[in-house]
Amino acid sequence: MEYLLHILILIGIYVILAVSLNLIVGYSGLLSIAHASFYGVGAYVAALLALKLHSPFLANIICAIILSGLLGAIVGIPSLRIRDDYFAIATFAFQVITFSVMNNWVSFTGGPMGLPGIPRPAIFGWKITTHYDFLIVILVLCIIILWISHKIVTSPFGRVLKAVREDEIFAQAMGKNVASYKVLIFVIGAGMASVAGVMYAYYISFIDPTSFTIMESILIISIVIIGGAGNIWGSVLGAAVLVILPEALRFLGMPSSIAANMRQIIYGALLVIFMLFRPQGFIGEYTFRK
Amino acid sequence: MKPALNIKSVNKKFDGTVALDDFSLEIPQNSITGIIGPNGAGKTTLFNVITGFLPLDSGKIIYNGKNLSRMPSYKIARAGIARTFQQLRLITRMTVLDNILLSFQNQAGEYLKNTFLFPGRVKKQERKNREKANELLAFMGIEEKAGDLVEDLSYGQQKMISLACCLASGADLLLLDEPVAGINPSMIEKILMVIKKLPEAGKTFVIIEHNIEAVMRVCDRVIFMDEGKKIAEGDPESVRHDPAVIEAYLE
Repeated sequence: MEYLLHILILIGIYVILAVSLNLIVGYSGLLSIAHASFYGVGAYVAALLALKLHSPFLANIICAIILSGLLGAIVGIPSLRIRDDYFAIATFAFQVITFSVMNNWVSFTGGPMGLPGIPRPAIFGWKITTHYDFLIVILVLCIIILWISHKIVTSPFGRVLKAVREDEIFAQAMGKNVASYKVLIFVIGAGMASVAGVMYAYYISFIDPTSFTIMESILIISIVIIGGAGNIWGSVLGAAVLVILPEALRFLGMPSSIAANMRQIIYGALLVIFMLFRPQGFIGEYTFRK
Repeated sequence: MKPALNIKSVNKKFDGTVALDDFSLEIPQNSITGIIGPNGAGKTTLFNVITGFLPLDSGKIIYNGKNLSRMPSYKIARAGIARTFQQLRLITRMTVLDNILLSFQNQAGEYLKNTFLFPGRVKKQERKNREKANELLAFMGIEEKAGDLVEDLSYGQQKMISLACCLASGADLLLLDEPVAGINPSMIEKILMVIKKLPEAGKTFVIIEHNIEAVMRVCDRVIFMDEGKKIAEGDPESVRHDPAVIEAYLE
């Protein structure tokens, strides 16, 4: 039972990550491979605040969102001048920088040793300790984030985002301030991703930099693409599939040392297969082919 | 009457080639001005500098008393200048209706604050815009296409939609880059009919077009451009018979 709850919690965390990245990549067409950075920023902010200041859970979530959102603006601003693949490289640079900070600023982040012993959170006196408690909190956060995302993409704001994705010049000619849309959606996506990081840190109660590497960013992109870019429900489906699929290996009796490597192979193979045969993913509306 | 648009000695160079050479032009209110000239004469460059898609090297562009020369494109669009593009630009993977809805200005729902705090206001405006969009499509005789994806429409219909988007934006000055090039005669007829009706409604047009017949029929005034300069200007008949024009272009 605990195992099942654990899988559901992981799916919830990846739903938050994938939906938030979908706003940036799927709806706005900005290919970012820095999403694990924002995930990591959320986790480290929550862990450090909880360990050093013993500040409450909700305050830590808000701090994580604000800091991650600010960093999102910093990553989003280059998108005004550089496009497509070149922008993806700029976000890659940001990913490398955040990993280096987490890994090398030993006195603050614990470096490769990470931060152990993150205390169990509490919301207004309700102590979140069991798997069941965590699942409820994550479910609530997922619903809030899905609701906000749905509101965004179905509003006139979302219509402009899609226009920016499809034809920036046309959007400008129709009086849309393309720059502000790009930066704003980055801030929102980064802020949302940090929520997943906060939950991860509290749930596992130990974090280290290896959870927030470029491989993690690529996994999140795979979820978005395989589930379907430009469709929120696609990201939910994608998260479920990509979390559950490697777990299936356990039941095939594969030793865990091999299974860990198999996961990477499965993600890579799936991504290639989908790009070749179904670039819009399961239920997406946007393909990266132009 | 005060001109709607006043272009004062504008210069634009691209690595050595002169695209606009001390170019000046006044566009009167509620008129239809045609711009003709050979390829590379600087016609599209003129549109690009007016709408801020290209910075100008020197000169001034005044629209309704506002200097546009250093404004970003989206602000120029908001000031009331809409344009179409030679290589048609529309959001092809959205419906016709969504393209029109996108083009309206001052939408409350384009600010997230309103979407979350005043959803009622956003919905009400969206409903109104939807009505306006349908009226506009009906006015242009393409209301049955509202739900179709733009990519499924013919080239001529797409040109019609891009004109509809300009009208939806509420702009008073419309710059049309080859509105009837490459489409069938009955569609040309429809588009010209729409354009002809609009000066009465307070719209001003500048049209780049190679189809001389269309220009002659619809324009009050024609400018002939070559090598970034204005060679001839006047009513359609006199420009058509101007010896310089005949030599450079029509023959």
